[in-house]
Amino acid sequence: MQNAALEYDYSVAKWFTYLAIIFGIVGMVVGTYIAFELAFPELNNLFGQYGTFSRLRPIHTNVVAFGFTLSGTFATFYYVAQRVLKVSIAESKTVHGIAKLHFWLYLVLAAWMVVSELMGYTTSKEYAEMEWPLDVLTVVVWVLWGIAMFGLIGMRREKTLYISMWYYIATFLGVAMLYLFNNMEVPTYFVTGMGDWMHSVSMYAGTNDALVQWWYGHNAVAFVFTVPIIAIIYYYLPKESGQPVFSYKLSLLSFWGLMFVYLWAGSHHLIYSTVPDWMQTMGSIFSIVLILPSWGSAINMLLTMKGEWNQLKESPLIKFMVLASTFYMLSTLEGPIQSIKSVNALAHFTDWIPGHVHDGTLGWVAFMIIAATLHMAPRFYKREIYSKKLMEMQFWIQTTGIVLYFSSMWIAGITQGMMWRAVDQYGNLAYSFIDTVTVLHPYYTIRATGGLLFVIGLFMWAYNFVKTMQSDRVLEKEPAFASPMGA
Amino acid sequence: MEQIRELQAYGYFFFTVFLTVVLYAYIVHLYRAEKKGTRNYEKYGKLALDDELHRAPVEPNEDEDEMKENKEKK
Repeated sequence: MQNAALEYDYSVAKWFTYLAIIFGIVGMVVGTYIAFELAFPELNNLFGQYGTFSRLRPIHTNVVAFGFTLSGTFATFYYVAQRVLKVSIAESKTVHGIAKLHFWLYLVLAAWMVVSELMGYTTSKEYAEMEWPLDVLTVVVWVLWGIAMFGLIGMRREKTLYISMWYYIATFLGVAMLYLFNNMEVPTYFVTGMGDWMHSVSMYAGTNDALVQWWYGHNAVAFVFTVPIIAIIYYYLPKESGQPVFSYKLSLLSFWGLMFVYLWAGSHHLIYSTVPDWMQTMGSIFSIVLILPSWGSAINMLLTMKGEWNQLKESPLIKFMVLASTFYMLSTLEGPIQSIKSVNALAHFTDWIPGHVHDGTLGWVAFMIIAATLHMAPRFYKREIYSKKLMEMQFWIQTTGIVLYFSSMWIAGITQGMMWRAVDQYGNLAYSFIDTVTVLHPYYTIRATGGLLFVIGLFMWAYNFVKTMQSDRVLEKEPAFASPMGA
Repeated sequence: MEQIRELQAYGYFFFTVFLTVVLYAYIVHLYRAEKKGTRNYEKYGKLALDDELHRAPVEPNEDEDEMKENKEKK
């Protein structure tokens, strides 16, 4: 039927994988460094203005979200899409060329983002810090991804789009909509002739700005940290384990549930603020409802392993993916709990929030990207994965790191929340702010140590990946399911 | 003001009922399509497992085949 010499072309997938590894390390080294800064504030002074928490924090969040996670998303997309659509990207020079252009422009954008934020250029909108020229380039990069995506879909031999493709398409459409609306901004120099040409101000003001910002901010979590990662797990867990998805119907139902509900939950970031009360309540309610579709996907993944749980013991890749799914369940239960108004009164602005974010991002997002790249490595290079033992060690070191991270932040957050609102019999505040800082110091140190363990695991991942590329244990044919790995 | 609140409450209630019906209708639709034999959703789980380029598609894309045939005719 097809040309016998035709093969899947992994070039663009490989390039994005390299970027995922590099950005993973950069983003999380910076994150760990600023975690130590919170525990030991003198570290803020080591590199002048370039080493302060405020300058480095956006670099950490932007690099892990838009560098590491999106590189992982693109790498897996250019791998998975070809396979589930049964089409090689090399079959169309145009689509292949656009995919390559997508990569190179993305690289320019990512580098520009890091440099401009290090220089202090920021819109001051959380997770949307990139200034307007970078936003324009983001749109170009995103459109190129869309053309490559729909180009591949147009060329497909497989009529039905596998569920992972639905999630990749949703990532594309969701981010496009959110990004455009939240980044509506006025470049001040070109409108008033004053100020820096890079500088801009938001088109929205006050409460409206806050509402649009958190509609975007929360859905950036949805469409960068959740939706593409579900796309990844729906392909890689069945493929690595050799088990079809437990229930394809459940995957469809969860998809539509997630798409509908997620977009309404953002206002839970603004509880007890100046936005209308009904909107706060709506954010809470939709957050609770969100447990259903989230758990629908997670349980579907765990049930996919039904009767095959021995693989959990035998394969570190399955360990990464099953724990990722479990962390997804933990995180998607914890988030809704935090969005209940009475819980939010205690939790908001405390360290419980970064604790919640990190059990999702480290346990769910990073574990899935790590597992996906290591699953792809033997297929990329036709070689066995260099070391199973190293992977096992990485898994346990990183899991320990995550547990240290979120448990310390739970304790710190709840302590902080309780201390802030403690009053004496006359209604005077019982503690000053510095009292909480003193109490929290040990937990900040534990958190930073947890981060450090995770980063050590990232270096093990990078080492294992590079050694796999150079391994002399060559495979004669592409493995069908479980990835072969050396001792 | 009170009237608007009352309308909002009715609107909210019926919208919730509507969405619940849509959700359950979708589940019924999925199962009914399988029962009637128009679709077998579970076979799509194989799309991830049988994904080698040279294997026969789980469900061939007819448009693609037609396009190829047209090209050959030309």
